[in-house]
Amino acid sequence: MSILIKNGRVIDPANKIDAVLDIFIQDNKISRVAQNIQAQAEAVIDASNKIVAPGIVDMHVHLREPGREDKETIASATAAAAKGGVTTVLAMPNTQPAMDCVENIQLLQGIINKDALINVLVCGTITKERLGKELSDSIALKKNGAIAISDDGASVENEELMLEALKRAKQAGILTICHSEDKKLSGKGVVNLGFVSTRLGLRGISNESEYTRIIRDIELAEKCAASVHIAHVSCRESVEIIAAAKKRKVKITCETAPHYFALTDEDIIDYDTNMKINPPLRTKQDVSAIKTGLKNMVIDVIASDHAPHTENEKDIEFDRAEFGKIGLESGLAVSIMELIDKNILSWQELVSSLALNPAKILGINKGTLTVGADADVIVIDAGKEFILDKKSIVSKSKNSPFIGRKVKGLVEYTIYNGKIIYKS
Amino acid sequence: MPWTKKDLLGLEYLTPDEIELVLDTAESFKEVSTREIKKVPALRGKTAVNLFYEPSTRTRVSFEVAAKRLSADVINISVENSSVRKGETLIDTGKNIQALKADIIIMRHNCSGAANILARSLDISVVNAGDGWHEHPTQALLDIFTLREKIGKISGLHVAIVGDIAHSRVARSNIWGLTKLGAQVTLCAPEMLIPPGIETTGVKISSNIDEVLKSADAVNVLRMQFERDENTAFPEQLDYFKKFGITEERLAKAKKDIVVMHPGPINRGIEMSSGVADGGNSVILEQVTNGIAVRMAVLFLVSQAKEAKQ
Repeated sequence: MSILIKNGRVIDPANKIDAVLDIFIQDNKISRVAQNIQAQAEAVIDASNKIVAPGIVDMHVHLREPGREDKETIASATAAAAKGGVTTVLAMPNTQPAMDCVENIQLLQGIINKDALINVLVCGTITKERLGKELSDSIALKKNGAIAISDDGASVENEELMLEALKRAKQAGILTICHSEDKKLSGKGVVNLGFVSTRLGLRGISNESEYTRIIRDIELAEKCAASVHIAHVSCRESVEIIAAAKKRKVKITCETAPHYFALTDEDIIDYDTNMKINPPLRTKQDVSAIKTGLKNMVIDVIASDHAPHTENEKDIEFDRAEFGKIGLESGLAVSIMELIDKNILSWQELVSSLALNPAKILGINKGTLTVGADADVIVIDAGKEFILDKKSIVSKSKNSPFIGRKVKGLVEYTIYNGKIIYKS
Repeated sequence: MPWTKKDLLGLEYLTPDEIELVLDTAESFKEVSTREIKKVPALRGKTAVNLFYEPSTRTRVSFEVAAKRLSADVINISVENSSVRKGETLIDTGKNIQALKADIIIMRHNCSGAANILARSLDISVVNAGDGWHEHPTQALLDIFTLREKIGKISGLHVAIVGDIAHSRVARSNIWGLTKLGAQVTLCAPEMLIPPGIETTGVKISSNIDEVLKSADAVNVLRMQFERDENTAFPEQLDYFKKFGITEERLAKAKKDIVVMHPGPINRGIEMSSGVADGGNSVILEQVTNGIAVRMAVLFLVSQAKEAKQ
């Protein structure tokens, strides 16, 4: 199939492009990027006054399949992704069964081949069943298609075991993603520790429970010169610590999620369990540090941490509700509103965080509109405001903290692998 | 000013006028309990359900007495509750009670925010009888009612709250209510039992009980529950009594008319000495009596609000 996208404002940070150009797509690849392309195409998209960018690479997504198909499936999540302008996701391994062996990864890949509308990459576990006791075989996982390992949802408590995991991951040439949380400190906490936890009478989770574990994970990575990626950075101390590590050339990257720069713990009104997230929504000071971290490129990536849960698991007492929120469909709009409209990031910087940087970190040929690259392209009406309506959510679960809120930036087209897979 | 809320969830959500309205209404109901026939027909034909997920005798009985003196029918449900056992959800239980055409659910729950969640899911009234560490609004209202009755006003008073503030719903409700009505509140406790950011509400914090008692018009002594939170290192009981226990010696140096309150049940010899509990400054049993009037007022007002809406 061939597609010609006319007159869009093309944002391609890999080539430092921010200009009104045409893009010609042929044979699943970017064929030409230039002014006034004259070519016969099967589909022509008029992108005047629209943003044209590489498809989003969301490196932190819980797809729930296999095991919890009541929350989400590969089919429903990738449809939600397409609507949100996401063309590649990294599937977190805390499924049932967990992605801790070749057999389970093959099972998942079978479902992906059958049902996925977009590129779904597989993340293996660091330890068997994510229990932090025995290491998974990262070399075998890598050979069978896993491109990262993580025990996401848990941190490997045992320091020696974590060091060993990093050494083996280095040997296997696979990226380790750290869920950096000291459970001894976060305990049974459910919201950020501070006046909000006091006011609501809920147990608090300190910044310390996050940043002390980041310090440990950095130290271990430094010891064996392995690459680590810190997941869902939420607080100001973490940003400072990662900045310092980058300065001394530790091989570290990190991500944050839109809710960590769009919401604070003060947004937890009337015990709304869609605001119950781990790490928790923090304070204004933390939000400001996260934004500065994105601007300064201390934070490389924006990822959704899409975490679907059923209403049964959310419409209950706050203490008992599951942690997590969905984000595939709202991430881009929330980012545009908070980062572009508030003049925190330029378009090139935003697209770097959403697409180019995660692609580089994962070592995939995505996140760019370079001629010859995979034709994953999105067309965005960046000025389009809309209220996020629960009924419009494509994801099987509806646990979004942004329901009822005004957001800005509508994905008009999502092109994956040279085909239009979503049109608004 | 009419009352418009179908629920009473916490004092944080009330205006000073609304708090005054409850107190004034309670004042008029107090007389009912002194009559030969202790009953008025205000809630005749209404059904109130005591839904208790946590063991409680005094609060449940107080609500039951209050509802009965208003001629409401009262049903008590106590729910065996463990976090391991999964039964009917809170909202389903509430909807079932609503389907029985009950008018008011009075709920005690061990999870903070449970009353908020129930209230927003139902059309019938929800009265919070204590939720986790969050609020216990009727306790604070009866504390404030008792204070107002004793001293004549709340504005300008200096009220000390002593004890485990961090894990106390009584403390939180008192803080909101007292500060809204213009009292100055000092929290007095070991540092580990002061929750973070509480000074945002305008309260002062001290760890010196003798200093605080010098200027306090009233002291509200919380029940110490040393076993409640496994994550907190609690002080030794004896050590706590030495540093924070309210004793006759300490009271001797306080204002002569200082009002001593306690939400009960008292741990004699831990947070206060028996001499103080039974002494001339103590209003602890008056609080229990006033609790009925205050709860009558609350039940009456929330059902009025519902009727006004219909």
